[in-house]
Amino acid sequence: MEFEPRIIAFFCNWCTYTGADLAGVSRLKSPANIRVIRTMCSGRVDPTFILKAFELGADGILIGGCHPGDCHYSEGNYKALRRVHLLRKMLQSFGIDEKRLRLEWISASEGDVYQHVATEFTAQIRSLGPLNWKQRFEQKEPKEQLIAV
Amino acid sequence: MAKPKLALYWAASCGGCEVAVLDIEVKILDVAAFFDIIFWPCATDFKYKDVEAMPDKSITLCLFNGSIRNSENEKLAKLLRAKSVVLVAFGSCAHEGCIPALANLTTKEEIFKTVYLDTVSTYNPEKRFPQPITKIKEGEIEIPVFYERVKALDQVVDVDYYIPGCPPQSTQVAAVIEAVIDILQNGKPLPPKGTILGAGDKTCCDECPRTREEKKIKHFYRPHEIFADPNKCLLDQGIICLGPATRSGCGALCVKANVPCRGCYGAPPNVHDQGAKMMSAISSVIDAQDPAEIDKIIQEIVDPVGTFYRFSLAHSTLKGANL
Amino acid sequence: MITLKIDGIEVQVPEETTVLKAAEKVGVWIPTMCHNDLFEPYAVCRLCSVEVVRGKRSRVVTACNYPVSEGIEVLTDSENIRWIRKFLMELILSRWPNVKVVKEMAEKLNVGKPRYESLEKDEAEDACILCGQCVNVCREVVQANVIGFSYRGIKREVVLPLGEQSDKCIVCGACALVCPTGHIKMVIEDYKGKKPEFTLGPKTSIYVPTMQGIPRVPVIDAESCIHFKTGGCEVCAKVCEPHAVNYDMKDEIVEIDVGQILLSTGYDIFDASKMTQFGYGRLNDVYSSLEFEMMLSSMGPTSGKVLTKDGKEPRSIGIVHCVGSRDTNHHPYCSRVCCMYALKFAHLVCDRTDAEIYQFYIDMRAFGKGYEEFYVRILDEGVKVIRGKVAEVSEVTSSGEYKNQLIIRCEDTLAGKILEVPVDMVILCNAIEPRKDIDAVRRLFSISKSPDGFFLERHPKLDPTSTMSDGIYIAGCAQGPKDIPDTVAQASSAAARILSYISKGEVEIDPVRAWIDDKYCAGCRICNNLCPYTAIDFIEEKKISQINDVLCKGCGTCVAACPASAITGKGFSDAQIVAELEGLLAI
Ligand code: SF4
Ligand code: SF4
Ligand code: SF4
Ligand code: SF4
Ligand code: SF4
Ligand code: FES
Ligand code: FES
Repeated sequence: MEFEPRIIAFFCNWCTYTGADLAGVSRLKSPANIRVIRTMCSGRVDPTFILKAFELGADGILIGGCHPGDCHYSEGNYKALRRVHLLRKMLQSFGIDEKRLRLEWISASEGDVYQHVATEFTAQIRSLGPLNWKQRFEQKEPKEQLIAV
Repeated sequence: MAKPKLALYWAASCGGCEVAVLDIEVKILDVAAFFDIIFWPCATDFKYKDVEAMPDKSITLCLFNGSIRNSENEKLAKLLRAKSVVLVAFGSCAHEGCIPALANLTTKEEIFKTVYLDTVSTYNPEKRFPQPITKIKEGEIEIPVFYERVKALDQVVDVDYYIPGCPPQSTQVAAVIEAVIDILQNGKPLPPKGTILGAGDKTCCDECPRTREEKKIKHFYRPHEIFADPNKCLLDQGIICLGPATRSGCGALCVKANVPCRGCYGAPPNVHDQGAKMMSAISSVIDAQDPAEIDKIIQEIVDPVGTFYRFSLAHSTLKGANL
Repeated sequence: MITLKIDGIEVQVPEETTVLKAAEKVGVWIPTMCHNDLFEPYAVCRLCSVEVVRGKRSRVVTACNYPVSEGIEVLTDSENIRWIRKFLMELILSRWPNVKVVKEMAEKLNVGKPRYESLEKDEAEDACILCGQCVNVCREVVQANVIGFSYRGIKREVVLPLGEQSDKCIVCGACALVCPTGHIKMVIEDYKGKKPEFTLGPKTSIYVPTMQGIPRVPVIDAESCIHFKTGGCEVCAKVCEPHAVNYDMKDEIVEIDVGQILLSTGYDIFDASKMTQFGYGRLNDVYSSLEFEMMLSSMGPTSGKVLTKDGKEPRSIGIVHCVGSRDTNHHPYCSRVCCMYALKFAHLVCDRTDAEIYQFYIDMRAFGKGYEEFYVRILDEGVKVIRGKVAEVSEVTSSGEYKNQLIIRCEDTLAGKILEVPVDMVILCNAIEPRKDIDAVRRLFSISKSPDGFFLERHPKLDPTSTMSDGIYIAGCAQGPKDIPDTVAQASSAAARILSYISKGEVEIDPVRAWIDDKYCAGCRICNNLCPYTAIDFIEEKKISQINDVLCKGCGTCVAACPASAITGKGFSDAQIVAELEGLLAI
């Protein structure tokens, strides 16, 4: 069976969520791989959720917020930006390709941008392959504990 | 009436926890008087087979320190679980993996390579690695199997209570022991299973005497890079202090010694991933909006995983690296 | 008070009054040439000479600067005076025979051909008569002190310092205004082919900003007002009888507490010079719709007459629709008002001129109440409508009376023919576009914009006047192009909304809020400056932080940041979001 990426998206209520909605209303075709969680602002996205999503089997995570300067709460998106930057640095140590975490600014009017980002990100995750965190992590405990000389 | 039986065990850990028990000073005499210490490899001479011979649930209280690094650790964890009424994960290693669990960021292969080949003091021309079973002319030598991953105690057996800390503060240990004696003597109910003993519900900041400001961080410093003002919050000075994301209980020991908290008491009550939460907090207060500047500041955080998950990696959401 | 007699008429005037003013009071005319009420009498032309009799003694003085005194008798028309005037007038006339004011004065004084020939005769119609008014207005009124006299006697002349253009000159034009002969002219040097008077800004430094505005009071444009440049002038204050002019007023920043805000910040028009094919800004007589509207206004630069740049009535006019609208290179949307105002233009032009009118349209959108009927009426008035997008407007030079002619090239898509229509004037129907500062404004109010760039409404059908920000409403073209009836309807609906909240007296707030559990907050102060609404306070005594329920808008930033997870975001708690995650990733 072909690998279907499971992508969790955190979209802010005022921009990206509305933008994604607009894409739908405008009948713009976008991949069904994106599973959206709405938050009031991208500033609500806690790195805990991102790690949790990877642990629970997400292959990629997309955070969508308003463009800089446009956040409904003025600067929540900058907090998201900083968290994502630090998180990306950490993901490397965890052996997770940082490309699996993406932050995008998509405004309420950018249904087309949403379509583009969703399509491109899904394709990217598809090419990175499944992360399959739990299974892979557990597989690392081989039955035979010997290390060959 | 027979004395309640007490067991103490030391799995993969540094031994500091054993010292912490002794550090309760004269109270150790009360312990000796009240309990019948039936197993404490570090202090008394009992063999594993003595424990195996005991009936199940015959040990009243077992204080288990150390994480699960190898097959021996796991075997003893299972054995003591079966024989004990109350099993306590004692200290950070048993609680959430602690320093040994940082090995989860690399592979067993890498570890062996470093330890048995690469270190300067190693002489191993035949490139031999330890084998679980080695045949020699006297027969077979069996040593425990080294696992790929380090686990916390509750990741291999059911644990009743936890006493956090690296090591647990002796005053807290003494208080817990006193409370246990009180419960056993006076037939009081036990606290709910899973309770974290010998710690508070807030964070280290609660016990920290330093004055704090609204936070805005432009630079991160490692402790040796600046002279920290002993009265001001270390985080305010750009030194990464894990106090805000660490359960209270130690009395802000490190901070009072002008060293940042490393987070050994683990996550506070509502936090599921201490490292992620601390990262979220710290990055939120970075004082920059430009991606390049943010990156520059973040570069000053050397080894984020080691910093934010120094003690809690085995128990964290991701538990280790996918390698 | 001083009592005196002028030509036998007794008059009482205050001290310090000049004889000239006293004579004016009793209606006795005294000729003047260098006098101007704007400044102190200069008394160089001497034409105002009168005879002052005190007892037996009599003297000839200049009335413009001679102060009255008790008991004198002034004779303005005595033998002696008539002789003096005639003599002076002959001298003046002989020197500047063709200057209009000079000729008129000579006629008034019954002076015919002078008996003398001037050595310095200047036959120009706009010769300088050395009255000094320009020098005096520049020195006393404007206080810029730029122009002055140079040389003496018959060589005397008005000059700029060192005879060069001076950067001290603030180009106020006061000298040109007072010059009675037209010797001083205002010249616009970088004339780029666009009529400078067709600007929408104020034409004077003191002006009434909107004719229909309430209160209808003038304001001073401090940028161009002479007073704010030199400290002088103050002409408006001098002429204002109720003394209402106040130069000390300053811009003030007033803070007003309000509970609701209606944004009806309007629109800008598309800059037609971006579509170079239409020649706007490059060719003469190509106007934007607003410029033409200005021309049609009775208060406009041509007082409502339709004139080409050369001041002629156009023989034909082309009106080009959809300039920048319905054009994927610029704005894909329809600006909704152009078809109808283009028809209105046609109607008014029909009314005021005999010009042929051509409308070039893509689709004629006469959708509103009574609009289609108006369209039919315009057709009856003989306006030619051509369905086709204009490809180009170009200029040809001809030798006839109309030197320049514009040619509109376009395909008549109904007739299937390429047309080249000669016209004298082109009016472009510029698209309505979002104001240039729309992003700054919407950020200020935390509202979004729709793909067309206008303010985004909460719901296009069900809630077109409110926005995603509570208490912020939008109306008019700020929300999208619309005509007056639609704007009025939308604005009324917004106003009704606002009033209904006011009459209710209380507002409901969203339950999405954050709160801090005292039990877990250790007062690390991480959260303190994260809140955009400064809803989080650090309570010094308790050493914990607290959230002000009314200020918090529930963004959740602090919730995500609190390292102790002491903050719960109602409606978006950690547990709820993790449950969502588990649900979404269960399969
Ligand atoms: S962050 Fe560290 S230094 Fe600052 S108040 Fe908390 S424990 Fe103290
Ligand atoms: S201050 Fe932090 S690292 Fe130090 S003992 Fe306390 S909890 Fe552990
Ligand atoms: S330029 Fe005009 S105002 Fe000035 S002195 Fe000559 S005539 Fe009078
Ligand atoms: S971040 Fe959390 S623990 Fe720190 S002051 Fe704010 S609410 Fe309290
Ligand atoms: S949720 Fe947002 S608005 Fe509310 S207190 Fe926290 S940061 Fe402020
Ligand atoms: S509301 Fe969209 S990022 Fe803050
Ligand atoms: S008007 Fe009095 S001298 Fe000219």
